[in-house]
Amino acid sequence: MANVLVCIKRVPETSGQILLTDDEQAVDARHVGWTVSAHEECAIELATQVAGATGGTSTVLTVGSSDAVEQLRGALAVGCDSAVLIEADTATYGPADVAAAIGDVVSAHEANGTTYDLVLLGNDAADTGDFQVGVRLAALLGRPVVTGISACAVADGVIVARGEGPEGTEVFELPPPAVVAVMEGGVSPRYPSIPGRMKAKRAPIETVSPQREPAGHGRVRWKLPPQQPSSVEILGTGPEAAPAVVDLLEELGVLSR
Amino acid sequence: MTAAGVGVLVETDGHGATLVSREALTFARELAGGQPVHAVVVGPLDADVEDALLPQLGEQGVAMLHHATADGLGAYSAAAWAAAAVDVVTRASVRALLAAGTPRGNEVMAHAAVRLGVAMAANVVAADGVDPLVVSRQVVGGTVLEEMRLDDAVAVLSVAGHALDPAPAASPTEPEVTAFTPTLSEADLVARVVRTEVGAPDESAALGSARVVVGAGRGAGSADGFKDLVSLTELLGGVLGVSRVVTSLGWRPHHEQVGQTGSRIAPDIYIPCGISGAIQHWAGCSSAKTILAINTDPEAPMVTRAHYAVIGDLHEIVPAINDEIRRRRG
Repeated sequence: MANVLVCIKRVPETSGQILLTDDEQAVDARHVGWTVSAHEECAIELATQVAGATGGTSTVLTVGSSDAVEQLRGALAVGCDSAVLIEADTATYGPADVAAAIGDVVSAHEANGTTYDLVLLGNDAADTGDFQVGVRLAALLGRPVVTGISACAVADGVIVARGEGPEGTEVFELPPPAVVAVMEGGVSPRYPSIPGRMKAKRAPIETVSPQREPAGHGRVRWKLPPQQPSSVEILGTGPEAAPAVVDLLEELGVLSR
Repeated sequence: MTAAGVGVLVETDGHGATLVSREALTFARELAGGQPVHAVVVGPLDADVEDALLPQLGEQGVAMLHHATADGLGAYSAAAWAAAAVDVVTRASVRALLAAGTPRGNEVMAHAAVRLGVAMAANVVAADGVDPLVVSRQVVGGTVLEEMRLDDAVAVLSVAGHALDPAPAASPTEPEVTAFTPTLSEADLVARVVRTEVGAPDESAALGSARVVVGAGRGAGSADGFKDLVSLTELLGGVLGVSRVVTSLGWRPHHEQVGQTGSRIAPDIYIPCGISGAIQHWAGCSSAKTILAINTDPEAPMVTRAHYAVIGDLHEIVPAINDEIRRRRG
């Protein structure tokens, strides 16, 4: 039996045009909506798979404002058993602060008898892209950690994690409890069912307050790279453009290879 | 900051230092401002890799190669690699430690930052100021830049792939090689690679260093719609890269994905076919030197941001290009 904790983050949906807030500290999400990153959608799927396969539980957790309940309910709708909101104004949080807040909850739950054999996170947040919360959390908890993992299972009391390395699929075998940061690509996140959504709507959310003041981040400001005006040269329309394309490839010297 | 050198974790492949590691060395040399650059390589090195590596490090102006060897370093473990890198921070009294912004580079720098009790800046593209150190780094998948202040005693950062070219130093060096045994604990080796399964070739490494990339998006139409695109890729000696929708639909494997959650590419030419050019995809391909878009929609972002474009159906245009290439080659 493996109890799994999966940590997610409410982030702006950024598939369209990106605007920044007036204080240049974040993406202005007023008109674009919110989501969780693709890595975390896969982490949620892995959490429910591991819990299901081992007869354990899956708990979803986030550090954020009360609005992040929307993302917690989204995870409950696709199979997580329970949810925890660490309610905080994360504008002043750095990655070490997020890790500390999660670590405190893991320790508190452990003191109450719930041990998380596996803690899953996304490899990097889709907005702040820090690539380190999982490693910092593991250090605080004194647990082994691997990042960049696309598939994960628990068999015979060992966590088997797989990720793409420079020479092929790398396999790690970790003794629980351990921390694993997940990358998109190994599993397909499921869609919520209607009964799943109904159940998620009514599910209780455990809400806790962070135990310490954040140390902060080094962010000075966010800025958008300058937009270049279009200078595209249309070589033609349809298959008749093929000679012009090959002329260009010859000119660029890529045809001789 | 007081004057002191900069340490760089260097990743190797069969040809010596990887392209992105050489980019990181160039970044380090500029950051060091005349102070020595120390390269760190962890684990056993084949003789031919070392032979290729040393001149590359010399070209980058590296003063010293610190080669960490120990039992247990034969297999990758981020904690052990970080232990070695942190040892070099002390041995060489460097004021900054960096790596390429690869999965391993980011993972090892995160461990190193924890050990040093400092912040870490991922995917840095430029140093905006030196005292205090302020860097610009990629956030939101590379579509936004963050100015971040790093005022710890040791700055730990990763350098985003293809943010700069690996330029040779004005005066090349002959790096001194020093082998050392890092201080490892048993815990450093728990999360290590126990085996590597070589299955279908993983193109993600090849994509990152390819000089020609042919891209395919939703316009391919189905899993069967890639034949002509693969032919064009082969005719150009390039690598195929695809958009996220293509991997999400299961048409092509995830390791071929270019974009925010896939590979970052910087080829001489990128030929995106049937790719509209969502921001997430643009984040992965904007470092291409020339972009030739093939798309039915002249208003698609990929077309308006490209250098060249052909308007029309890729299933008609790509076979015609393939035929024309074959005809000219006789």
